[in-house]
Amino acid sequence: MLKFICPICEIETDETELTPGGEAHLKRMGPGSSDQNFYTYLFERKNPRGIHFERWLHSYGCGKWFHVVRCTKTMEVFGTYSAQDTKPPKKILDAIKKKLPNGKNVK
Amino acid sequence: MTSRFSKGGILINRKKKLSFKFNGKNLFGFSGDTLASALLANNQVLIGRSFKYHRPRGFVSSGVEEPNALLSIGSGGSLEPNRSATTLELFDGIEAMSQNHFGSLEWDIGSISNFLSKIFPAGFYYKTFIKPRFAWKHIFEPTIRSAAGLGKAPKEHDLSSYDFFYAHLDVVIVGGGISGLVTAKNLASLGLKILLVEQKHFFGGYALSEEFKINNLDSSEFIKNLEDDLSKNENVILKKNFSIVGVHDHSYLLGLENFEVLESEDHSSIRHRLWRIRTKHLILATGAIERPLVFAGNDIPGVILSSAANEFYKLYGISQGDRVILITNNDSAYSAVVELFNAGISIPLVIDVREKSVGELPLKVKDLGIRVEFGKAITKVLGKKRVKAVEICSIVGEGSVLETIICDSVLMSGGWTSTLNLWSHCGGKIKWDNQLNTLVPDETKQSTNELGQSFISVVGSARGQFWPSELFDNMEKVIKNICEIFNLKKIKYEKYQIKEIIHEKTSPISCVPESADENLKGKSFVDYQNDVKLTDLRIATQEGFESVEHLKRYTTLGMATDQGKLSNINGIKILSHLVGKEINEVGTTTFRPPYTPISLGSIAGEARKELFKPIRKTPMHKWHQENGAIWEPVGDWQRPYTYLRNNETKEEAVYREVKNTRNSLGMLDASTLGKIIVSGNDAGEFLDLIYTNMMSTLKPGRCRYGLMCNENGFLFDDGVVARLNEKTFLCHTTTGGSDRVYSWMEEWHQTEWWDKKVFIQNLTEEYAQITIAGPKARLLLEKLGGLNVESKKFQPLDFIEGKLGNFDVRVFRISFSGELSFEIATPSANGEALWIRCLELGSELGITSYGTEALHIMRAEKGFIMIGDETDGTVIPQDLNLDWAVSKKKKDFIGKRAHERIYMQDPNRKTLVGLSLKDSTQKIPDGAYALKSGGNGAEDVLGHITSTYFSPSLDKPIAMALLKNGKSLKGQEVDIPLGSGNKLRAIVVDPQFYDIEGKRQNV
Amino acid sequence: MKKYSAFSLIKESFNNHFGWEKAWKKNNLKKSYKVIIVGAGGHGLATAYYLGKNFGIRDVAVIEKGWLGGGNTGRNTTIIRSNYLQEESAAIYEKSRSLYEKLSQELNYNVMFSPRGVMMLCQTEHELRAMRRTYYANRIFGVDTEMVSPARMKEMIPIININGPRFPILGGLWQPRGGTARHDAVAWGYARAISNWGVDIIENCEVIGVNKNKNKINSVETTKGTINCEKMCFIVAGSSSILAELCGFRLPVESVALQALVSEPIKPVMHCVVMANTVHGYMSQSDKGEMVIGGGADGYNNYTQRGSFQHIEETVRALIETFPFISRLRQLRQWGGIVDMTGDRSPIISKTPIENIYVNCGWGTGGFKAIPGSGWATAELIANGEPGELAAPFSLARFKEGRMIDESVAAAVAH
Repeated sequence: MLKFICPICEIETDETELTPGGEAHLKRMGPGSSDQNFYTYLFERKNPRGIHFERWLHSYGCGKWFHVVRCTKTMEVFGTYSAQDTKPPKKILDAIKKKLPNGKNVK
Repeated sequence: MTSRFSKGGILINRKKKLSFKFNGKNLFGFSGDTLASALLANNQVLIGRSFKYHRPRGFVSSGVEEPNALLSIGSGGSLEPNRSATTLELFDGIEAMSQNHFGSLEWDIGSISNFLSKIFPAGFYYKTFIKPRFAWKHIFEPTIRSAAGLGKAPKEHDLSSYDFFYAHLDVVIVGGGISGLVTAKNLASLGLKILLVEQKHFFGGYALSEEFKINNLDSSEFIKNLEDDLSKNENVILKKNFSIVGVHDHSYLLGLENFEVLESEDHSSIRHRLWRIRTKHLILATGAIERPLVFAGNDIPGVILSSAANEFYKLYGISQGDRVILITNNDSAYSAVVELFNAGISIPLVIDVREKSVGELPLKVKDLGIRVEFGKAITKVLGKKRVKAVEICSIVGEGSVLETIICDSVLMSGGWTSTLNLWSHCGGKIKWDNQLNTLVPDETKQSTNELGQSFISVVGSARGQFWPSELFDNMEKVIKNICEIFNLKKIKYEKYQIKEIIHEKTSPISCVPESADENLKGKSFVDYQNDVKLTDLRIATQEGFESVEHLKRYTTLGMATDQGKLSNINGIKILSHLVGKEINEVGTTTFRPPYTPISLGSIAGEARKELFKPIRKTPMHKWHQENGAIWEPVGDWQRPYTYLRNNETKEEAVYREVKNTRNSLGMLDASTLGKIIVSGNDAGEFLDLIYTNMMSTLKPGRCRYGLMCNENGFLFDDGVVARLNEKTFLCHTTTGGSDRVYSWMEEWHQTEWWDKKVFIQNLTEEYAQITIAGPKARLLLEKLGGLNVESKKFQPLDFIEGKLGNFDVRVFRISFSGELSFEIATPSANGEALWIRCLELGSELGITSYGTEALHIMRAEKGFIMIGDETDGTVIPQDLNLDWAVSKKKKDFIGKRAHERIYMQDPNRKTLVGLSLKDSTQKIPDGAYALKSGGNGAEDVLGHITSTYFSPSLDKPIAMALLKNGKSLKGQEVDIPLGSGNKLRAIVVDPQFYDIEGKRQNV
Repeated sequence: MKKYSAFSLIKESFNNHFGWEKAWKKNNLKKSYKVIIVGAGGHGLATAYYLGKNFGIRDVAVIEKGWLGGGNTGRNTTIIRSNYLQEESAAIYEKSRSLYEKLSQELNYNVMFSPRGVMMLCQTEHELRAMRRTYYANRIFGVDTEMVSPARMKEMIPIININGPRFPILGGLWQPRGGTARHDAVAWGYARAISNWGVDIIENCEVIGVNKNKNKINSVETTKGTINCEKMCFIVAGSSSILAELCGFRLPVESVALQALVSEPIKPVMHCVVMANTVHGYMSQSDKGEMVIGGGADGYNNYTQRGSFQHIEETVRALIETFPFISRLRQLRQWGGIVDMTGDRSPIISKTPIENIYVNCGWGTGGFKAIPGSGWATAELIANGEPGELAAPFSLARFKEGRMIDESVAAAVAH
């Protein structure tokens, strides 16, 4: 039963208030993109065992999407940030680096 | 025999007598008893039958670890099977029944399997019942099923109620024994919010029965003082009858609070309350459970754990027997002997499997003049339904009998196992400690919380510190650690004076004698309830099931209702011996929630019956209810399917509604349609991306039918969009789709196109909506008055706003029935009044209300698609001949890229056609498949029927279907196989059947 | 290999059962194999079995990171059915079900396939229509099912509550030859058979890398050393993405937790398997008497084999309406497995971007029932280098082409 700080409400939110939305920072492929790129965008997920950048919706709260960085193996949360941030904030990246100094994911 | 002493028993109140029944017999106990102690007080030692061999069984323990004493409690809607008598606090009127016997408990026919046990070792069923093939289903399996299964299931609805409670705490302490209480006492002064829970109906744990001195007080008195102290502290919630059953991710705990005694007195009380807890820290003071020893006949009623015997005596004033012997591999078990001896029970012998012990307790027992034999063991216990005697042998060797001793009860102790289930629910690892002879938490591999930090501490005997003087060894560290976590200044940790008891090490031996022969091993039980014996474990490892998980699955060791609380460690020890590996190499199985079984009722809580899923109701719901509506659930809504009048059948009612609407006038509650406002400077542009067709070119005051696809190109919702003004659009969605579409728009706006200046609002429930359809629709609107609805002024796909009579309305001229049709939206509060007003004024025009089925028929007659019927998540708009609603001009919309993929362009895609039957007395069945004319097999399949109705307007059957390359099939015949084996022959036609020119709706 | 039978069992009982051999041999790795199968779950073992049986390929190693059958094979709710809507699905699941029918005899190992029937409930008009479509599809594609009325259902399953109040039962789709089997036994039975042929089953052996030359692999690096091979196939469910990454490509799957629970055992009350898709729950009673309960999967990526409690709650609530009696039973145990879900919720049995690597994955929540059919089809793919009729529709290419095989059409959950 997960919980995150909703970066909009700035309060702790329980998983029962939230809806998961899969991998974050996907680049949308529209008309004109190659078959391979469109397939990658639509289906090929990183699905890492380790640090995962993902989207969650505060559905029974403010109704806003936000980003979460979570380890899929330990469930550790490295932070949450706005859905309109196209890159994770430095603070979070630093926290990850500290946890995984060799840059490799958890496994 | 077993009996209650005339004095003693710390927990019972002899002034308060309670009556209960066991197998129909009226018996008595006292307030404070458990059902187990009350039964023992009535000399009921035989209590149940085992799972596989139906062997007679008695109480082994006095707590949650009990594998044998499972009873059915209550009857009818209060029946509870498999309740362990050791965890049920006695209340007046309990009706208990023993389980798992054919015939009586004493004479169980099922015990015949006991005689065949040699042929039925672990895993026997994998090796036999293979031939003949039918026999497994028809003979063997039914036999096995009926023999297994313990108690009978209740047949009636549960009469009890259940609820939830949410708590956010700083520290949760699990276990109200001495370690838990002392920890709470030390933390309470820090101002932390603490919950301390105890699963039993009393605090103190074994410190209540194993008395020792602490701060010069008797342990029981010390505990009483602590309890009083803590109950006055406002930072501490102190709970009995409360188990923490699960530790889940992000430090989420589940706790079950038991109100069964209260419920028995006050039927309005809930039975169980499920606590959902988030805690910053969790302290396990969960204590330890004594292990049985494994020897032949260790399951005969009268063989009991020494700690349980001690509890039954000290807490309830009961002795299991008059002549009691003890077999032990450690010192602690001696204390029970001392107590019973002092109470006047005859102790003919204490058997210690060790070579010697000069611990304080053994010496004390010797001093009392009790015979103690070291290096001895039990060959086997004699007796069937009750211990009669034991045969004594040397610990080494095969168990040649040296002596037979008459007795009626055997106490046993194989050492202690720390209770660490909660430590490992969430990923924490445990390891075996050879010194302590128990599991201990592996502090290098802990469960972690959302911050990646460990949040569980273990105190007391749960970390292998079993002796009183050791109990608090780690506590100071734990308190300091918690002070650090909460940034508290250092506090003074209270020291306790406990006299050290000199003791010897527990022996690692768990099975005796060491080289018992196969016959003895075949009667030595490791898992009582599931009848797993030493021989079974040997056979399993011999066959290669030597991973602990394989062993468990092959033999069912530890999979009974006690979840291996008594058997797991003995099983692992035996496995390690059999495969010649260290225990830590063999490993342990994973502990899974719940720690103790919890009622499914408590998991559901109040969310049952009508509250299982709340129903959404339109403002006109009451009217529908009172006027014969048959409900159809659509999403979370309830919509009238049809309205029954007099003695109509459903079908007759639907046909009447259709005909009435087509001939004069009908009205439909369309309030459930989704209504989403999209406003802002970029609203048009945004909707161009959401819909497949162009919305930005829509003129204010006009409506347009629109389609939505997902990114995979599949059609998932449709509806009419009205442009309210330059910057505002009102998007109608399907009934089931409103929430989905709203979220969909929000998602794309927030996560992809947040540069677009739009604001999205879901106003579905703000408006009631009524469809007025039929040739006389305009007449009704004129009668309502206030708006000019003449055809020149108010054209198809126009909408107008204003007052209709006294009602604020927005009227759309849109038609889903093919008739002249107006949809009137009004604020929800007016919905019912407007509905009734329409009915009143419409009555002389012959108005009728119609339901969803008439709606569906009329739209099918017109060939309009229905999301969920013509679509199924694999259909693109082009399949439904809706190319006209898919913009070619727009650069992009959701789904456009997907439509470019090869398979979406395939000419063999299934496309929408109509079907017409030659024989108009027939109806094409729902969901049927269409085959090439004359075809039979899968290769002839053309597609499936998406909608099929008898058309009352045309007086013939109509259907729509999605068929491979449907357009090319026009005019051809297809076959539709029926369930009966017959076929219908249909002709492929255009999917429009009624008023093809569309004259009726355009008048 | 010593034959299993009632006779041998009785004979052994006079010998205190000392004569039984290891069910599968604990061999050491050889240097090289024709085929390496990664993953000793049901699908991997079945693949090895049909490689040996149908193609005579027995120079095979099945390597396993943990213990044999320890993944989803030993964690599912053991339901076997083939009443699928789409032709491609019906074909492979029905093949699988029909292989299950004779599996005990074929393997000389009682896998306890018990065709006690599977009942899928219809609790909305829409679901009733969708189920009728499935029924007609089943008839055409050779799957034996029938529609039953609520009254008939009540006769068949007396313990069921057909009256709601929230979702009364409107009908059901009945597959009489669907049912359950003993999940562990399926893995053990296949393992015993292939081990007898000399196929090496290596447990506690994790793949840590592959050695490629251009677009082909020539060996696999494991925690027990390097193994050369001509072909490799990984069949590792929730860990598929990890293996794919080692091989240098990605798969269209995501790993999520799926949970199940059992009640304490009770005397037989329900003979068949019941699935309620509208409310998301399904239940059967095991031969031990436990009510085996499952529901929907979690929605977030997860490798912990633990799920969120809210899904257990939802499932239990859903089932209490239809089976009010379970309210007074107790939950004995819950557990989770990591399932890999594809974009269309249908599996992948396919060639990969690497020439001699094949993949079988994406069974999501419904893999157990497919074990024999999946093994059959995968063996064909590995042996021939090209998919046969059963596997062809389940290629990776379908996602690129937009040729989905979507079962959610008929059922919200596809177990």
